[in-house]
Amino acid sequence: MKTFIPSKFIVERDPARCIQCQVCVNQCSFAVNSYDAADNEVMADENNCVGCHRCVVFCPTNALNIRKNTLDYRENYNWRPEAIEDILKQAETGGMLLTGMGNDKGYKVYWDHILLNASQVTNPSIDPLREPMELVTYLGRKPDRVEIDPVTHTLKNAMPPQVKLNVPVMFSAMSYGAVSLNVQHSLARAATEAGTFWNTGEGGLHASLYPYGDHTIVQVASGRFGVHSKYLNAGQVVEIKIGQGAKPGIGGHLPGEKVTAEVSRTRMIPIGSDALSPAPQHDIYSIEDLAQLVYALKEATGYRKLISVKIAAVHNVAAIASGMVRAGADIIAIDGLRGSTGAAPKVIRDNVGIPIEMALAAVDARLRQENIRNQASLVIAGGIRNSGDIAKAIALGADAVYIGTAALIALGCTACQQCHTGKCAWGICTSDLALTKRINPEIGSRRLVNLLRGWAIELKDILGGMGINALESLRGNRLHLRGIGLSDNELKILGIRPVGD
Amino acid sequence: MPANPALKKPHNSIIEINAQDIATHELNNQLKQAVAAGANKILMKNVCGQRYIGTDINSPVEIEIEGTPGNDLGSFMNGPRITVHGNAQDGCGNTMNEGEIVVHGHAGDITGLSSRGGRIFIREGVGYRTGIHMKEYGNKKPIIVIGGAAQDFFGEYMAGGVLVLLALNMKDSDYHRTRYMGTGMHGGVIYMRGRLESHQLGREVGTAELNGADHEVLSGLVGQFAGHFDLNADKILRHEFTKLFPLYHRPYGRLYAY
Ligand code: SF4
Ligand code: SF4
Repeated sequence: MKTFIPSKFIVERDPARCIQCQVCVNQCSFAVNSYDAADNEVMADENNCVGCHRCVVFCPTNALNIRKNTLDYRENYNWRPEAIEDILKQAETGGMLLTGMGNDKGYKVYWDHILLNASQVTNPSIDPLREPMELVTYLGRKPDRVEIDPVTHTLKNAMPPQVKLNVPVMFSAMSYGAVSLNVQHSLARAATEAGTFWNTGEGGLHASLYPYGDHTIVQVASGRFGVHSKYLNAGQVVEIKIGQGAKPGIGGHLPGEKVTAEVSRTRMIPIGSDALSPAPQHDIYSIEDLAQLVYALKEATGYRKLISVKIAAVHNVAAIASGMVRAGADIIAIDGLRGSTGAAPKVIRDNVGIPIEMALAAVDARLRQENIRNQASLVIAGGIRNSGDIAKAIALGADAVYIGTAALIALGCTACQQCHTGKCAWGICTSDLALTKRINPEIGSRRLVNLLRGWAIELKDILGGMGINALESLRGNRLHLRGIGLSDNELKILGIRPVGD
Repeated sequence: MPANPALKKPHNSIIEINAQDIATHELNNQLKQAVAAGANKILMKNVCGQRYIGTDINSPVEIEIEGTPGNDLGSFMNGPRITVHGNAQDGCGNTMNEGEIVVHGHAGDITGLSSRGGRIFIREGVGYRTGIHMKEYGNKKPIIVIGGAAQDFFGEYMAGGVLVLLALNMKDSDYHRTRYMGTGMHGGVIYMRGRLESHQLGREVGTAELNGADHEVLSGLVGQFAGHFDLNADKILRHEFTKLFPLYHRPYGRLYAY
């Protein structure tokens, strides 16, 4: 029996405006629009429409509109359309449901329940346009105490390697294969220009990206794709990927169709072969094993590089993070429930993990209690949308944040959640050369730099309002936060007081 | 760190390092200095559990180890030729790219994990998940030859390269105890001696007799193995061998609905 699922969207074409130019036919990679030469008419097969808006913004006469299909089932809170349609799809195919992007469920976004402080009367706010403001952040292990030579005023103790961020925002791991090379070029150039970092993900490093090494984080994950000594030494940070917020505990699988000639060269696997990333790294079954890989990588990079360890935010995250610090990680990266993916089983994306706000608060508090907070920097990811989220994250204890989805949105992504199909109409999550050229790295990197610049100005405004002139003074300063609409327990875990208190 | 007087020796020399009571990091530093000093052979004595030996050395230098090197021997290795007069521990040849490891003894778990190149010869047996996720690319093809038997998950997720299991400690009629052999295998090939019940194999693995090309590969590798350990290759090759190969190159094709 064939499954009949009503189309999600309705394509409205205003016949008075449509000039049959067929731009929409060419722009839609989901084969919705087509041209009938006999009738000189452009038509739509709405069943395939994903609501990505590519056709709408490219239509030269504004003839198109995409509307949600309001066709309703009988109202039923339990059996909402998604629940019904998922069952229909699985009954047809017998497979797992696959999806892209991050968790789209209505779990509480704690950023929206936290408010920032500002100075009034009792201490002056600072005007960031005319007074110096410091956003520079150094990631890396900090010594337990600092000794200054009284004569030369220089640091007496040896400093472990550090990396410098001009803005406390880095680009999350997005592998070549999951995103296109043009996207990686946009990210790498933008990171270089803005003085921050981009992250290779686990697909290796394309030869053309080696020049951006000073602003690159190279990832080592369970598949070990494209990992060799030159790669390990190409960046400033080596990140061991244990988990990802969108799919904690799950391995990955880049289907053979996406392993094109260039992807094959970068991942160092044959063209067209499936790239399997096992769920665990089989040399890490414990904290002790993690320590072993951390030091294997330090050894392999001559102790010149920082070693980051990235995990998904799960229930016991604070205890795990403590183990990671003790295993020698210089950076702890935690990816929350809303973190995105190029492809993940839907049931995992939607049901596994915890929000990053809670994970961050718990980890920072735990590391402080154990007096090891200085031994590693804390970077968080998973749904960061704007500079307000960043300021709150810093005040909850993060050293910096990773952005993935936000960076892709800057490049055109409309969060249509079709990344796993390889058909991304915006040319981001695809290896189809006809689509990937839709991203121009020149323009892409400029847009990303613009975004970071905008956020940096806003962050300075937020700091100035609080009467603080350095991001460092906000870091872990939870007194600048108040909770609204949160239970006592939530406030306790976040370590903040309620509004009005 | 204390300077090693042996390091001053001129180019093309043998440098000796006494590893007694030296910690891992310091030992590896001495090793790197010896390579930088132009040694083409390094003799490491009294090695006892120090890890990562051979990591971050990108030249075909020869390293002889007396004693028991620790975990991750030759991890991420890119060129050296290591001979161990003793046993290797876990993670020997982890993510190796190029080079050779010869162990006159046995090796632990995940030998050759994710290796993409190089050769590993183990005179005796190996632990769990040996050859897991080996892969090949272009002219890079990792090879592991094992004289003894292996524990479970031998060749798991194997995506390329050659695994040879000689099981010289077993009679032709003996059954292996290994379970889940080649689970998830989707590339490469395994040549093995000794018997197996079908339930000991992963679902993704097929068995076959060796053809002419297989015999050629096997005899070449057995020849090298026998050369390293002073054994008679012809005698080994007279035994019966089975070939294990991946049934599907895309074992996980039909997992997804939409
Ligand atoms: S381009 Fe996007 S919005 Fe337009 S018809 Fe195609 S899928 Fe729908
Ligand atoms: S990357 Fe492309 S496919 Fe994925 S959500 Fe964004 S626009 Fe859609």
